[in-house]
Amino acid sequence: MIEIRNLTKSFGSNLIWKDVSLNIEDGQTLAIIGKSGCGKSVLLKHIVALLQPDEGEVLIDGRNINDLNYVELRKIRQRFGVLFQGGALFDSISAFENVAFPLRYFTNLSESEIRAKSMECLTMVNLQNIGNKSTAELSGGMRKRVGLARAIVMQPDYLLYDEPTSGLDPETSDEINDLIISMAKSLDITSVVISHDMHSVLRIADKAAFLDEQKLSWIGTIDELRRSDHKRLQSFVKASEYQLI
Amino acid sequence: MELLRYFGDFNLLLYRAIRSSTEFSTYRGNLVSEFVKTGFDSLPIVVLTGLFTGAVLTIQTSYQLVSSLLPASVIGAIVTQSIIIELSVAISSLVLAGRIGARIATELGTMRVSEQIDALETMGFNSVSYLVVPRVLAGILMFPVIYVVCTAAGIGGGIVAGVMNGLPSETFLEGGREYFFARDIIFGLIKAFVFGFVITAVSCYKGYYASGGAEGVGKATTQAAVLSCVYVLLSDFFLAAVLL
Repeated sequence: MIEIRNLTKSFGSNLIWKDVSLNIEDGQTLAIIGKSGCGKSVLLKHIVALLQPDEGEVLIDGRNINDLNYVELRKIRQRFGVLFQGGALFDSISAFENVAFPLRYFTNLSESEIRAKSMECLTMVNLQNIGNKSTAELSGGMRKRVGLARAIVMQPDYLLYDEPTSGLDPETSDEINDLIISMAKSLDITSVVISHDMHSVLRIADKAAFLDEQKLSWIGTIDELRRSDHKRLQSFVKASEYQLI
Repeated sequence: MELLRYFGDFNLLLYRAIRSSTEFSTYRGNLVSEFVKTGFDSLPIVVLTGLFTGAVLTIQTSYQLVSSLLPASVIGAIVTQSIIIELSVAISSLVLAGRIGARIATELGTMRVSEQIDALETMGFNSVSYLVVPRVLAGILMFPVIYVVCTAAGIGGGIVAGVMNGLPSETFLEGGREYFFARDIIFGLIKAFVFGFVITAVSCYKGYYASGGAEGVGKATTQAAVLSCVYVLLSDFFLAAVLL
């Protein structure tokens, strides 16, 4: 379980958000929504301690991630898989090697086992024929899928997605959404999705948290979101040109 | 204030690199490729630099020392000693500050702005151990080798230029041998070790903390090359003052 308690973050004199508190239950998919620049990705980076809060704490299964020493922090981080906005693939190695990369360093698996495991994850994201393509040869959607395969190869407990559908065409976005849903179901993973794509959020999330006006402005289930009379939330949803059914 | 932050961040990165240097299994693979990129790939430019430095110095010394009171072997002595103590290590380091410094800052800067370093960290990697330690180690271990190659090329270039100007190679080498001291080589090796560290550490720092997209990487690369040159010159002065 991920617990975020009274988190406050500023960059210099620029307050990002203040007093943000929310819980992400095991097995749940939470979408963090809000306008561009409201600090969604900043919040995501706090969950894996890539950024330190000014105040407040992030608890992973009851342990404050900011109190851990670096060795403990790295162990906790191995329980996370993160899909970055642009995929963040290592461009010095092939797409396949990107997926195999964590296995080579963190496991004692044989070469054949590493190849089998990597191929299994690539098959899950429908890229079983990727061969030894370099990352430069991949499209935006393929990069995200390779990034997703790399994120799940170590069988994490938590998956964090930073704008998984941004910059993709609707068809590819739907493919990514389907993958997120199938990951959550088949691997029983707790997921946090950063997005401003409401079409995607309504399909994949169990709950949504709305960051607005430098605070956590609203949090609730997707059904509650559909019925909510929160003006700024509704304005945000309507602005995304999606009609709530 | 900015200078203090720079100083603090730089020392923190160095501290992390020293602590991470025990994680050999993390950076073993990268170390070999860094040896090749820093050492082997630099050899053509280093040999060229050495050859022409030695040749020009010989021609210039011959031109300035036109005196019947001085034996011709003095030219060999001056050229050889200047190359061993100062010129081969300083000039090759200044050339490599651009080549190696820019490469390191661009590689790490691009990894930083495209979130590849964040990806490493979130996987549970020690990114400093994986990226910074092999580059700095390659610098401090390969620069002394580069110094030896550049020195040999410099003396070779001096001999060739001397022969072309009527100075027999035996006379040139006789002067070189007469004023040769082993401590000068040790001094040059110490300089090479320090310059290798300075160039790679500064460039790693600039790249590792790059921000602001392509423009930020460009800025980090320029600063890495310029600062590496400045620190090479400064440390050259201090080493000369302390060791000579």
